[in-house]
Amino acid sequence: MSVAVGIDARSPRRSASRRSASFAIPVLIAVLAVTAIVALTVGAAGIPLSRLPAALGLAGESTAMAARDQLVLWSIRIPRIAAAAMVGGLLAAAGAIMQGLFRNPLADPALVGVSSGGALAAASAIVFTDSRFGEALRFLQTELLPLAAFAGSLATTAILYGISSRSGRTSIAIFLLAGVAITAIANAGIGLLVFIADDRQLRDITFWMLGSMSGATWTKSALLAPVLVIGLAACALIARGLDLLVLGEADAFHGGVDVERLKRISIVMVSAMTGVAVSISGVIGFVGIVVPHLLRLVIGPAHRLLLPASVLSGAILMVGADTLARTIVAPAEMPIGILTAAVGAPVFLFILLRQRGLGSL
Amino acid sequence: MNAVIEARHLSKRAGRATLLDGVGLTVAAGEMVAVIGPNGAGKSTLLRLLSGDLRPSAGEVRLNQRDIRSFTPRELAARRAMLSQHINVTFPFTVEEIVLMGAGERSLREAGPLVDAALDEVGLAHFHERQLPTLSGGEQQRAHFARVLVQLACGEAEHGPGLLLLDEPTSSLDLRHQIDLVEAARRRAGNGTAVIAILHDLNLAIRFADRLIVLNGGRLAADGPRAEIVTREIIRDIFEIDAVVHQADGVPYVLPQSMRAAQTGI
Repeated sequence: MSVAVGIDARSPRRSASRRSASFAIPVLIAVLAVTAIVALTVGAAGIPLSRLPAALGLAGESTAMAARDQLVLWSIRIPRIAAAAMVGGLLAAAGAIMQGLFRNPLADPALVGVSSGGALAAASAIVFTDSRFGEALRFLQTELLPLAAFAGSLATTAILYGISSRSGRTSIAIFLLAGVAITAIANAGIGLLVFIADDRQLRDITFWMLGSMSGATWTKSALLAPVLVIGLAACALIARGLDLLVLGEADAFHGGVDVERLKRISIVMVSAMTGVAVSISGVIGFVGIVVPHLLRLVIGPAHRLLLPASVLSGAILMVGADTLARTIVAPAEMPIGILTAAVGAPVFLFILLRQRGLGSL
Repeated sequence: MNAVIEARHLSKRAGRATLLDGVGLTVAAGEMVAVIGPNGAGKSTLLRLLSGDLRPSAGEVRLNQRDIRSFTPRELAARRAMLSQHINVTFPFTVEEIVLMGAGERSLREAGPLVDAALDEVGLAHFHERQLPTLSGGEQQRAHFARVLVQLACGEAEHGPGLLLLDEPTSSLDLRHQIDLVEAARRRAGNGTAVIAILHDLNLAIRFADRLIVLNGGRLAADGPRAEIVTREIIRDIFEIDAVVHQADGVPYVLPQSMRAAQTGI
């Protein structure tokens, strides 16, 4: 007989430490709801909690004040909060998937040039569709930008994987250094576009570099939603594979994972999620590093839970950061990329030091 | 003889280097086979070809009389389990989570008893909650062995006796755990599993296996019962050292010359 199948379950019953895990999703949903409500009430035009039901159209008073509030909420704030939540969720999930794929907690789409690749492609699309040659496509600009950003991100991820992966092993050092080089190349390309761009294009392009949710509209949010839904569904598909991939490609295969398929799906997902997020918000760094890392400390590294929890936590972080970005220097706006970098970079350094301590770098 | 795995004219080239050259072998259900040979002889390459992880440059591998390339990764995982040499887990998975990975889609509720039994068997009974990266090298190796045992058990519950491949499974283990591991593998063979292991310690290989396969320079140098393989001449040819082969209770054991010299005080 093989390993005693009928053994009685006398042995140490388990998992006190990860018991918190099962509460993670409901708790995160609740926190996201609270964050979103706070975000609804603060801003250049304050809407106190007492006026919120009327402003949302839930209570029936149709005063002038309510009409103004409704306008602010429905045409500016709600689409922006929705977009921020989805961008945050996409970036955090893309980070978590990328870290699983590269077996490296320091992987992040923005850090290794995937976001820059997307931004370069998007900026190219702006300049091209405004030029004489691309005139015919100008009416498609809104649709073209996310596609271009996706293509740019996909190309960057594929190049990165090709460079840093050799016969089934991924070199962490080569991966990060290749990311630095790719970011530099993409930024050089963006710099060139800045050089040839006119004033209006320049403003658009600068926006890609710093990251901002100020361009969020219902149309743009509508582009994010399907990617997020498909992404979440795909997360369920790849979660176990990413868990086993931590053993290395060969051993994931020995454990029954179709590694090539897993890598293809993961690369396409990271690229799509990052690309679409970048096309709405520009380059926002560190969300993809900070969120999964903190979550692993609390709920463990198993991707079945980590991926959806990353989506929710990324959403919370981004809604919070965006609310801060549009209030701390009101009526002006701070680029959100500055905020996330200010929080994220120290966390990145902290992970780096810990990794060094564990001797895995 | 019921062949579980069969390799025919197996060759593997990487660039200009020939890692393996025309190797053929058959291992039957319940057989214990040790693969020995000097560094760079092609032992790990052979095992990875037998596991279906590498594709041969020439020749073929048949698992249960079927071309190994015709199995999906999941089908393969249900019929053969393999323990690799160096596994470096970067994320803070617990020992229990790692071992459960051997159970495929089964939940902890379904596979819990298997996980517990395997951890018990490798001497990590109370390590469920420990994070794998915090364990010593030997403990990590035993945890991975437990994972592989769970995978084998799950597969065998559905498809009958399978194939267990071990690539230097004792490399970071102390003496007691080396013997424990060998005995755990022997128990599997006693239940019909075909076991193939790469071992560097000749005496452990002798103790482990009834049959030894010797690789040298990518070629099959010898294949047969241990008494025929473990001779002074073959050891000198393959490992380029002089050794004395003694017999104890009908089992040979090897004493490299320099060690014997030290013992006799010369």
